[in-house]
Amino acid sequence: MPVAHGSSGPATRFGIGRVILYAVLIVLAFFFLMPVYVMVVNSLKPLDEIRSGNLMALPQAWTFEPWLTAWSTAQIGVQPTGLRPYFINSFLMVVPAVAISALIGAINGYVLTQFRFRGQHLLFALMLFSVFIPFQIVLIPMAKTLGILGLAGTVKGLVFVHVVYGIGFSTLFFRNYYAAFPSELIRSARMDGANFFEVFSHILLPNSAPIIVVTVIWQFTNIWNDFLFGASFSDFSSYPLTVALNNLVNSSTGVKEYNVHFAGAFIAALPTLIVYLLSGKYFVRGLMAGSVKG
Amino acid sequence: MRAGFLPKLLLTPSALLVLVCVYGYIMFTVYLSFTASTMMPSYELAGPASYQRLLSLENWQVSLVNLATFSVLYIGIAGILGLAFAILIDQKIRAESLFRSIFLYPMALSLIVTGTAWKWLLDPGVGLEHTLHSLGWETFTFGWIKDSEMAIYCVVIAAVWQTTGFVMAMFLAGLRGVDSEQINAARVDGAKTWQIYLRIIIPQLGPVFVSAFVILAHMAIKSYDLVVALTNGGPGRSTWLPSVFMYQYTFTRNEMAVGAASSVLMLIAIGLIVLPYLLSEMRKVKNG
Repeated sequence: MPVAHGSSGPATRFGIGRVILYAVLIVLAFFFLMPVYVMVVNSLKPLDEIRSGNLMALPQAWTFEPWLTAWSTAQIGVQPTGLRPYFINSFLMVVPAVAISALIGAINGYVLTQFRFRGQHLLFALMLFSVFIPFQIVLIPMAKTLGILGLAGTVKGLVFVHVVYGIGFSTLFFRNYYAAFPSELIRSARMDGANFFEVFSHILLPNSAPIIVVTVIWQFTNIWNDFLFGASFSDFSSYPLTVALNNLVNSSTGVKEYNVHFAGAFIAALPTLIVYLLSGKYFVRGLMAGSVKG
Repeated sequence: MRAGFLPKLLLTPSALLVLVCVYGYIMFTVYLSFTASTMMPSYELAGPASYQRLLSLENWQVSLVNLATFSVLYIGIAGILGLAFAILIDQKIRAESLFRSIFLYPMALSLIVTGTAWKWLLDPGVGLEHTLHSLGWETFTFGWIKDSEMAIYCVVIAAVWQTTGFVMAMFLAGLRGVDSEQINAARVDGAKTWQIYLRIIIPQLGPVFVSAFVILAHMAIKSYDLVVALTNGGPGRSTWLPSVFMYQYTFTRNEMAVGAASSVLMLIAIGLIVLPYLLSEMRKVKNG
């Protein structure tokens, strides 16, 4: 609707108003970029330079040491392993969890939009509400379940948890997408004798690229960034990166190595930041689909 | 088409998982909250004792007051800033997508990362205060994060930074859907831009305000990671939220029934906010 879109609108002239507008936007942009700037700049400084200097200054003696420390030698818990094993844990957790929940979402979306059965609206409503619940409410029974299944303190257990609590979102995404899918295509394929799986794999899936991307990005970001489940259901060997980072920053005794903390935080931020930079459009679509339901 | 055996079969695992691991577990936790469970679950009912204990605990009262302070400021500030950002972005500016991306990228970060960055930024010994001192402004003080009266506002700052772009994106989508005829008519009548926003556009954004409120309120109630990374509930317990309380009582203080009761109250609070919204959204979809 942009108000300024009318070519005769006052806003298109480059007056004082425009200058103020850009000045405000640029100041805000700096404020929003500042924390990440601070993280990066200070992760490349020796510690005494942070203590004596200021956080905003560029490094005087550039060093990559904090990154190496954060990655491979920092003390996290008992072992001085750095964040590396936990970075790997997070990947081992996020890849299968995202793949499985996208697949489940696609199947659920297909069944919920192309077939009718009793209780389907209720079922979808129940899945939808599961997106909002405070996960504190399931922590105790889930901990018990993982114990019974022998999955307590394992990466597999975390995969299971993320798949379960990702069903709501991934189903929502695919259901809304397939609900808008031209039904003639599906009907004519059925007329031609395509069976259940053929309709899915020949008609729906080849046209699902956008929603698959949205779901994968959304689930990847959510699961990679999860802390609560990681903190509740994992142990030293299976911590995801967020939990390891928090341990690194908050449980370190003695000298606080700010530069190492910043490097570690940036390492944890990097995968989701890269995904965001490469496909921000789809990330926003996921956010919007997550906020405007139905 | 009526669902035959195969579609139903394929939906069954998801349906079962959701029914058991969401709604079954909710019932289990509700049940536990009426027992006297301590370190391990006990299945003997003990009436509402854990709720009575919960409500009498000062830690819980502090958590609730903090949640109230945090939610009001967080929802209010992120909401207003989000709208303001959306309006700024909507002025047919150059590099629009660049600005949008810059305001929105914090949403992609883990709250543990955000918490870590802001923890040291707000820390008087190394962050803003220290930096301004070293630049020559010796009298500047900013030690909120170490001050139990003020630390909760630090959580607000970091949370607003994280989410404002999201609210902005919601309002932008709303702005782009506003009927342009009315706006043009008002423009012809000589209305100023700010008048058009105030009288024509913003009143049409009602549904976006509702969505933004619901999303922000439910995020506020669920907030946990950020507090853990930023202040770890401190100084003292000054930044405890119900989520922190729940974790502490369940897993560290061995008062599982009380922890369960606190999570039940969190669920009820979220239900009260989210359910009316979801029901009306679903009705809209059915009718539209």
